[in-house]
Amino acid sequence: MTLEAQLGLKQDVTEAAQAAARRFAAQAAAHGAAKVAYALEPSPLGELFVATTTRGLLEIGFEAEHVDAYLERICARVSPAVLEAPGRLDAVRRQLDEYFAGRRETFELPLDWSLARQGFGRRVLDATARIPFGGVLTYREIAARAGSPKAIRAAGSALGANPIPIVVPCHRVLRTGGALGGYGGGIERKRRLLEIEGVVSA
Amino acid sequence: MTSLPPFQAVLDQHREDVYRFLVALAGRQEADDCFQETLMSAIRAYPKLQPGANVRAWLFTIARRKAVDAHRARGRRAVPVESVPEPAAHSNGTGPDPELWRLVRELPPRQRGAVALRFVADLSHAEIGAALGCSQDAARQNLHAGLERLREEWVR
Repeated sequence: MTLEAQLGLKQDVTEAAQAAARRFAAQAAAHGAAKVAYALEPSPLGELFVATTTRGLLEIGFEAEHVDAYLERICARVSPAVLEAPGRLDAVRRQLDEYFAGRRETFELPLDWSLARQGFGRRVLDATARIPFGGVLTYREIAARAGSPKAIRAAGSALGANPIPIVVPCHRVLRTGGALGGYGGGIERKRRLLEIEGVVSA
Repeated sequence: MTSLPPFQAVLDQHREDVYRFLVALAGRQEADDCFQETLMSAIRAYPKLQPGANVRAWLFTIARRKAVDAHRARGRRAVPVESVPEPAAHSNGTGPDPELWRLVRELPPRQRGAVALRFVADLSHAEIGAALGCSQDAARQNLHAGLERLREEWVR
């Protein structure tokens, strides 16, 4: 075998590299070198995409199969220093599990609003975040609380763009008369969440 | 939308080659520490990279620097790390020859870097030049000189 061919032989480092990469991701996320840590978490509503920054919970997504799309937006709007590091999401995972099991009514998590709209859209989400477990408001009421009683459609649109559903409970906003209205994660998930909270019966 | 891909994708795509490169340049014992330091430096600098930059060549530039640092630190220590036998990669004889790579690690830094960047990282002469901080021609010369020396010393 020639010298060049011998030098070109590749050592199998698959497992060592994988283990080292995982250790790195955990370290980088723990020390803030990774600006964003994400994980895919199983839930009764299907697999969730969950991302956090050093400031707080950044995003919950219902379309975990489109993880690339979530990551693309995060890279463009927050930082490309993104790693998959489930350990950084332990607190989020635990609180979501408790919520789905009916053992938690309020989330105690700092939030990062980087992906939220500004202005009216943000005020809509702020008002939504104050709706208590088991409570509901109409789109008209949430628009009023955000300061523009007539901006009902804009309020609906802002809720649809909520980057942190479940924790910012946009599922608690219904149509006047009690119809469920829309939901970013699909109407079935909205119904499921309202069942958990005892607003609609299973 | 032109933005950098998530660092996780860079890690997924290049981790094995970077790890293999560090084993080749720094040895099994040091590879893991070098890998952690390489990636920690990389993720910190990554957001400032231009979209469309040659991420692979950039990553190996950092990795080579960490391997050089580790090599220097090892030289300063009195511990005869070289006497610790490198675990055989393959018992069937199809893997890299540990004796050959020991010789590579004894080459002068630029020759050592050029050989590993060419044969482990599969970089072009231009990329090797960028990683070594020299011209493409100088990279080619270092590679050539390194190979000549290995040809003399390597006993099959």
